[in-house]
Amino acid sequence: MTTDSLLRIEGLTVGFNTEHGPVRVVEDVSFDLPAGHTLGLVGESGCGKSVTAQTIMRLLPSPPARIEAGRILFAGDDIAAASLKQMQKIRGDRIGMVFQEPMTSLNPTLRIGEQIAEPLRLHRGMRRAEAEARVIDVLKQVGIGNAERRLLQYPHELSGGLRQRVMIAMAIICKPQLLIADEPTTALDVTIQAQIMELLRGLQKELNLAVLLITHDLGMVAEMCETIAVMYAGRIVETGRTAEVFARPHHPYTFGLLNSSPRRAKKGQRLPSIPGIVPPPGARGTGCSFAARCPQALERCRIETPPLLPMGSDAAACWNPMP
Amino acid sequence: MTPLLEARGLSKFFPSRDGKGIVRAVNDVSLSLAQGETLGIVGESGCGKSTLARMLMRLIEPSEGKVLFQGEDLMSLPNGAMRQRRRDIQIVFQDPYASLDPRMNIAQIIAEPLEIHGIGTRAERAARVKELTSLVGLDPAAASRYPHEFSGGQRQRIGIARAIALEPKLVVLDEPVSALDVSIQSQILNLLDDLRTRLRLSYVFISHDLSVVQHVSDRVAVMYLGRIVEDGPAEAVLGAPKHPYTEALISAIPEIDPGRRKSPVLLSGDPPNPEDVPSGCAFSPRCPLVQDICRREAPGFRQSGPSRARCHFVEGT
Repeated sequence: MTTDSLLRIEGLTVGFNTEHGPVRVVEDVSFDLPAGHTLGLVGESGCGKSVTAQTIMRLLPSPPARIEAGRILFAGDDIAAASLKQMQKIRGDRIGMVFQEPMTSLNPTLRIGEQIAEPLRLHRGMRRAEAEARVIDVLKQVGIGNAERRLLQYPHELSGGLRQRVMIAMAIICKPQLLIADEPTTALDVTIQAQIMELLRGLQKELNLAVLLITHDLGMVAEMCETIAVMYAGRIVETGRTAEVFARPHHPYTFGLLNSSPRRAKKGQRLPSIPGIVPPPGARGTGCSFAARCPQALERCRIETPPLLPMGSDAAACWNPMP
Repeated sequence: MTPLLEARGLSKFFPSRDGKGIVRAVNDVSLSLAQGETLGIVGESGCGKSTLARMLMRLIEPSEGKVLFQGEDLMSLPNGAMRQRRRDIQIVFQDPYASLDPRMNIAQIIAEPLEIHGIGTRAERAARVKELTSLVGLDPAAASRYPHEFSGGQRQRIGIARAIALEPKLVVLDEPVSALDVSIQSQILNLLDDLRTRLRLSYVFISHDLSVVQHVSDRVAVMYLGRIVEDGPAEAVLGAPKHPYTEALISAIPEIDPGRRKSPVLLSGDPPNPEDVPSGCAFSPRCPLVQDICRREAPGFRQSGPSRARCHFVEGT
């Protein structure tokens, strides 16, 4: 075990109680995020990446969600076992979070200044006047000009890009060690996305933040994250240094995902695609969940779930990896 | 040769929210599409691309300008004749969840255009529905099921089957793969490509995703605040952009391959409000190359090689 890991997930398994009985959504997920590093957790809808993030923050109502197994070590403490009260102390203070949709995650009835100050009042016991100077600083830090005027505005008066900057300001105002960003730019236009990525990159260096970036966009991981973990049907199927995983993917799913992007295809050429659809939780069957869509599945794949095995400098969960 | 579709000086004005001014959602757009071609229209939210798409098939009446389909002015057609014309012009929407009636089964959805146009007997329509479902890669046995029983990608196949049921000549695709995951996106793009060749379709392909547009389009038009700011052959526009906005859009796409990464042209500020278009060049407040003239004078098109752009600083040819 690396001693310097800030966030270490070990064998995390999360289930939900549904009308049709319990369903496992995240299975045996493990990864390490050292202080000051960036990890991209990628996958398609329903792969369990957001549930993983929300479980780390303990944001899922329980029931129906339940941590069935595993540990979530944050700075050495297992926060999977922490009480709600302990979690409230950590959230917004030592761990900041940014969500996809800034309009629904900001309180529409509160002025920007009050919202951004809230973590300071909760965690540092600051009064409004005291907090204000710090709020103005942090607004400048996230690139919001005219900070004094912006303080008095409501979320609906801001554009999508500015709202996301406000979310980021709230997330970093207590100087967290870890920032969890769940699809932070998915709802934004591409030119605004580029601005927000640039901002996150800058803050990450400046504050020596560890960033857990959850996204479906492989390009974003390539540009922002040193390491990557690819999720499929609730499990991590491949993980390693981003540049190496992208240059030489071992798991056929990672390979298929990279190649089905029109970015890599030649014009007029058919896009390589992955046949079939992602099996929904509860219908993942035995063996490797990707086997039904995998062009190189073996008999064994349908029976036995592959563990993450070291391959080159990465690790992949596959019985018949790409050469 | 007469183009399949031509728009001349097409504009759509809406009253602004305060009722005092007007919003030029689409402003003086001219374009043309040859038979068998795919025209990609790209731009960010609010640039007017969806309004334009709807005007092209007269789902929205333009405020100014005309649309010619095979040389015939669609705007001059009475309602009955326009309805007949729609057999040739169909649309696929972005959201396969919202654009399929949840109370109709798949067979009913796909058969509806045939019924509306009184095509075939009941038995013939049933046979056609079967043919269409397999053509778009769905199991014909699934035709009695309802939209909610299908995944997003499958629903988009249903929407496509409905759009091609009448054997149209032109299909307008409004963000057809934006709601889909990457692995499903490529399946649908391949399907669209197959159908184009097999049924000799022409496409107007609207998207905010440049990498998708680049893959499917013969020609590309880039929109900003209601205007086309650059258009031309896809390789020219996306490979050697002339307008600084096109360049910024291209450089903003996060690239997977380090070799393809361009140093980003970061635009400052937000896309401006269509209710409050800046004077001169609408892009000037965000343009990294802005000069005084840009704030005073709106640039017209300048031709440069095979493409043209609305910028004062395009080196003409």
